[in-house]
Amino acid sequence: MVHQHFRLVEPFSVAENVVLGDHRDVGRTFRLHSRAIERRVGELSQRYGLAVDPRARIWQLSLGEQQRVEILKALYKDARILILDEPTAVLMPQESRALFDTIRAMARDGRTVIFISHKLREVKAVADRVTILRRGRSIATVPAADATPQSLATLMVGREIRPARRDGPREVGEACLELHDVGADGDRGLPAVRDVSLTVRRGEILGIAGVAGNGQRELAETIAGMRPPTGGTVRVTGRKLKAGDARAAIGAGIAYVPEDRLGTGLAPGLSVADNVVLKSYRKPPASRGPLLLVRKIRELAEALMQRYDVRASGPDVPARQLSGGNLQKVVLAREFSGDPVVLVAASPTRGLDVAGIEVVHAYLRDAAERGVGVLLISEDLDEIRTLADRIAVMYEGAIVGERDASTATVEELGLLMAGGE
Amino acid sequence: MIRIERRLEQPRWLTVVVPVVSVAVAFLLATLVLLATHHPPLHTFRRLFDAAFLDNGALTETLVSATPLAFTGLCAAVAFRMNLFNIGGEGQLYAGAITGATIALLLGGAPSAVVIVGMIAAGAAGGAVLAAIPGVLRAFFSTSEIITSLMLNYVVALIIDYLIFGSHSYLRDSSGFEASVFPQGKTLPDEATWPSWAIHGLVIPLGALVAVAVAVVVWFLYKRTRFGFEVSVIGDSARAGRYAGMRTRRKIVAVMCLSGAIAGIGGASQDGDFRHQLDPRGLTQANYGYAGIVVAALARYNPFAVLLVAFLLGGLQNAGYTLQGADFPNGLVGVLQGLLLFCVLGGELFIRYRVRIERRHRTAAETA
Repeated sequence: MVHQHFRLVEPFSVAENVVLGDHRDVGRTFRLHSRAIERRVGELSQRYGLAVDPRARIWQLSLGEQQRVEILKALYKDARILILDEPTAVLMPQESRALFDTIRAMARDGRTVIFISHKLREVKAVADRVTILRRGRSIATVPAADATPQSLATLMVGREIRPARRDGPREVGEACLELHDVGADGDRGLPAVRDVSLTVRRGEILGIAGVAGNGQRELAETIAGMRPPTGGTVRVTGRKLKAGDARAAIGAGIAYVPEDRLGTGLAPGLSVADNVVLKSYRKPPASRGPLLLVRKIRELAEALMQRYDVRASGPDVPARQLSGGNLQKVVLAREFSGDPVVLVAASPTRGLDVAGIEVVHAYLRDAAERGVGVLLISEDLDEIRTLADRIAVMYEGAIVGERDASTATVEELGLLMAGGE
Repeated sequence: MIRIERRLEQPRWLTVVVPVVSVAVAFLLATLVLLATHHPPLHTFRRLFDAAFLDNGALTETLVSATPLAFTGLCAAVAFRMNLFNIGGEGQLYAGAITGATIALLLGGAPSAVVIVGMIAAGAAGGAVLAAIPGVLRAFFSTSEIITSLMLNYVVALIIDYLIFGSHSYLRDSSGFEASVFPQGKTLPDEATWPSWAIHGLVIPLGALVAVAVAVVVWFLYKRTRFGFEVSVIGDSARAGRYAGMRTRRKIVAVMCLSGAIAGIGGASQDGDFRHQLDPRGLTQANYGYAGIVVAALARYNPFAVLLVAFLLGGLQNAGYTLQGADFPNGLVGVLQGLLLFCVLGGELFIRYRVRIERRHRTAAETA
């Protein structure tokens, strides 16, 4: 198994990492035969074109080289089946090509390689057969030679039997959120958002579709000021936003429903009441000067809990004891109570039951009705097609296409999501 | 099979029952140790208790031990509230003692109130400046504050030694022949002696009252102000803090400074209440800073609980001094104190986790 996130011991050498967890012969003796191990690792890397110095320390290596170490680890243990989980996510294009050669070489030696990817071109380039998974289910297995990006995309997103019930056209006002050439790095320091330009107008829902991990989270965080942009500008109602400053974003009227409810959107150990004023504690009625008005905060929380039907035994319950749907209600209640201009919602229905999803959708519609510009980021194409007025597709950090929601077809969007042209 | 699992919920009654049982277990273990070393257990416990709380002047002595522990305990608790591990209470206390003594000598002759307020302010500033170093490093360079604050303890310990033993500093007593043979700190002027109040033979030093006041301020700050709200949010989830637009870095530095300032006042209290000179030996041997971490942990970072625990632990320490003698070795005192701390701290495990004993299901093959 080659994980997407590497399992390597950074201060150790390549050879040491390769034998780690290997119990066949070195485990039986006390001594590590470093020379022999290094020689064997060297042979393997020659044979499969995995150029890496066995004596180098992991922390000295690039991500691409680290991945080769992961593969060497599996080969050293003589693995017959290799599972590669999105191996190209961390690679440069030329590194990807080298990896494909390695995969081919391994397959020629009679090893089985399972290559997990959401990039259709790669799948076509390297695989013999392709299996499509959708929502945890295996949908179909087809020979790669017969597949076209178009046919794979159709299988990936699926054809809805029931045509998505679309919202009618909304009355749309002037632009309230404008992004111009915004770029940002991901957590690993690689570019995650590339030159994104888009406009959201008052009273409109702009859906951002895309397979998870294509920069949507980073984009949302950049707009919300939690991630410093590497370039570009964000404007709210025409005024330029101070980059990478969450407080400025809140002040400008950007409400943000983060993907990670418990931990980012809410402080798990704090009470519901405290979480309700997470953003508004700086001003009345939650506080006066430096003082926190504890009783007022409780009253505020009780009122909001009632209005948004949050099921909890009281405002003093720690947030972590609430169910997912109720947590999302608390987040939404708070974000709406701040009278936002723009609402950025990242996967707002993930992990919720049907009733919870309905509630969230109702809130989003309601927000648009009241003239809020909504940016809805979701991996659920049906959700986006139901709610959004326009749909932008994000792939590898860039917006690869924008369509009117009423005319876009599932196939067309699926192809864009998978990086096809 | 014994399995330890995290409790999903921590029942309230456990937080009362567990410490009580822990103390009982500690006394049980202590009884075994005492029996093995041929000391009458009940009599020893009685003496221990008397020496800590009942004897003539025992409470006064207990307060002397408890006062610095209250300061260092609050110092640790304040930082832990935001998940900052300030291990530097020790050094910050020294720093406060140095700056406090310096101001006392400089202001000598001024009215007593001015000198004392000056000492408190200087002590707080000294501790805060020292604690700001790991705070800034943590906030802007993600350096572990545990390591940096710990290392600074040794740095300040060496500085304090240098001031008295290694140089002819302003703080060193250089009058007369004796002082040049046995170096010691200059005696502070009379105005720098902190007042104390005697009630029925119990002497309450000003430092103890200041510690209580600090606890009240800390409680208010953390429960009733925006600053405290930000500290609790960031302590619970730093990401949620950033999401809410809080200035996480500034807050880290501010909390470390506050934490250090409290330990620093403890250092000034050492000068003014008890030692009346900068006393390197006494300060560095007492280990108030490290004991303060234990105090904070036992008190679960609640400022009022810190006062209580500091008082109890002060009693235990004080009893140790009284108990040790020809028939009762110093090491045995340490064993008794250690057993008590070990059991009470160990008991914490049972509040957060539960132990499940599972019997393995025997298969038919095994029984056959």
